[in-house]
Amino acid sequence: MKQFLLTILLIVLCLTNIFTGSVDIPFTETLHILSGQDNGINPSWSYIILQSRLPQMLTALLCGAGLATAGLLLQTAFLNPLAGPSILGIDSGANMAVAIVMMLAGGTITMMGTTLGGYFLVILAAMTGAMVIMAIIASLSTLLKNPVMLLVTGVMISYITSSFISLLQFHTTEHGLQAFTFWGMGGFTGVTLERLPVFAGLMSVCLVLSILHIKPLDAILLGDAYAQNLGINTQHMNRRLFLIAGLITATSTAFCGPISFVGLATPHISRMLCRTATHRTLIPTTMLLGACICLLCNQLCTLPSSTTLPINTITPLFGVPVILWVILKGNRE
Amino acid sequence: MNLILDNLTTGYGHKTVSCGLNAILQEGRLTCLLGPNGSGKSTLLRTISGAQRPLSGSVTKTDSHTLSIVLTSRIDVAQLHAWDVVAMGRHPYTGYFGKLTALDDEIILEAMQTTGTLDLRNRNMTSLSDGEAQKVMIAKALAQQTPVILLDEPSAFLDFPSKVSLMLMMRNLAHNHGKTILLSTHDVSLALKTADTLWLMNTDGTMHTGTAQQLSSTGDIATFLGDSAQYL
Repeated sequence: MKQFLLTILLIVLCLTNIFTGSVDIPFTETLHILSGQDNGINPSWSYIILQSRLPQMLTALLCGAGLATAGLLLQTAFLNPLAGPSILGIDSGANMAVAIVMMLAGGTITMMGTTLGGYFLVILAAMTGAMVIMAIIASLSTLLKNPVMLLVTGVMISYITSSFISLLQFHTTEHGLQAFTFWGMGGFTGVTLERLPVFAGLMSVCLVLSILHIKPLDAILLGDAYAQNLGINTQHMNRRLFLIAGLITATSTAFCGPISFVGLATPHISRMLCRTATHRTLIPTTMLLGACICLLCNQLCTLPSSTTLPINTITPLFGVPVILWVILKGNRE
Repeated sequence: MNLILDNLTTGYGHKTVSCGLNAILQEGRLTCLLGPNGSGKSTLLRTISGAQRPLSGSVTKTDSHTLSIVLTSRIDVAQLHAWDVVAMGRHPYTGYFGKLTALDDEIILEAMQTTGTLDLRNRNMTSLSDGEAQKVMIAKALAQQTPVILLDEPSAFLDFPSKVSLMLMMRNLAHNHGKTILLSTHDVSLALKTADTLWLMNTDGTMHTGTAQQLSSTGDIATFLGDSAQYL
């Protein structure tokens, strides 16, 4: 029932993302453009709908669903309500790797006679950065079951990466700095219609993989010993969950820049909505809710008529209250 | 199902905890594992359950269909209901996505009835008392339908009446449901009164087994208790 309402909300948000924006395009014209009958319609309107709003809507949808799922996987794997892609510094790792590529290497790397450049290189860098941090976190996983240690570790990783990035920014060219700053603001505008298939493909694979782990995820909630007794190789399983969550974070960071709080807050809101911790319900709800939240944020970002705000100006507004709520509730019990 | 410990040595890497243990864990009996802190009770339970490999010797092989465990620590997960926890006992039997059949539901219901936790089915695990939470974990073990159940200090945080009711429940499960039960505890007097068999671990890594009477007559219990015996 709740999933049904969320699906309706999702559809409504998808439509408002397409039909409204900084440029006023009449409703019927938009319909014509979407149905391919754009004869005699202002070509720039057609361009805005098909090349900007449509890919942006799909990107926000997939990014939200992905990040929220990554947060849920991490919270279950660590048995820690404060785990999430941005809190753990996974996106900082991706961020740093992208910074190195954009500012130190000038956007291209020549390796074994082939030159890598542009978006492909950014994606590869973000993946590598995210996976390196993921590996560090995985090796500390027993330590990170403690919420305080997890926060401290995440903050430390973020400090180290941001100081490294500052150093790079100090020494880079104007061009590199501009490219990195623009990318780092985060947003769903970077994925053009040409890049969308790669992004959508990667995200969809990760989302499907997450759904395939519904049963072991439930058992992991009982802790390592009980899960092992139920026949699960917990070490193996945790590694797989870390890999999926890392891949989601890397993909979303590579294409949309670091997006904060969606991964951490959404699973908590879905738990409150559904009043359950079982993943058969939580995974689909979290995906739907994450998509809705990112679409809503994207909508709010385009509301000011002249400019588009960076997405990270909006996400903390609902992310921070959720973190505070989790900490306060934890102390009360 | 009987479990046989054959010249079993437990420990980690180069560190031996207990050595040369020979015992039979008998079907239909409640066996209590006693011993001072650090004598290797938990290590032995982990070795029997297969979570840890023996350093040498052997113990009867078990899997998720033949052996279930109940631990001291509580499940502390928000919005996790008692019913869902008991339902996880069915995991070894359900399909890829863990969908429960009508038969599974019936088994879960019965497990909760046997343990008197049916009224708690919609409660969050975090809202249960320690005794209630422990009974839910026992219900989960029952839903797993394993002939053997191992319990690692299940009564550690319980008040006295709850300790007694837990011990009586375990004895009932052994006697009337034919379960093989091994339970570690520090409640010596309660174990002496309720257990069919006692396994007494010593700090030197050895273990004596027998009924309360046998172990009293050989003086093993007196050695274990020392001066504290007069307060029992």
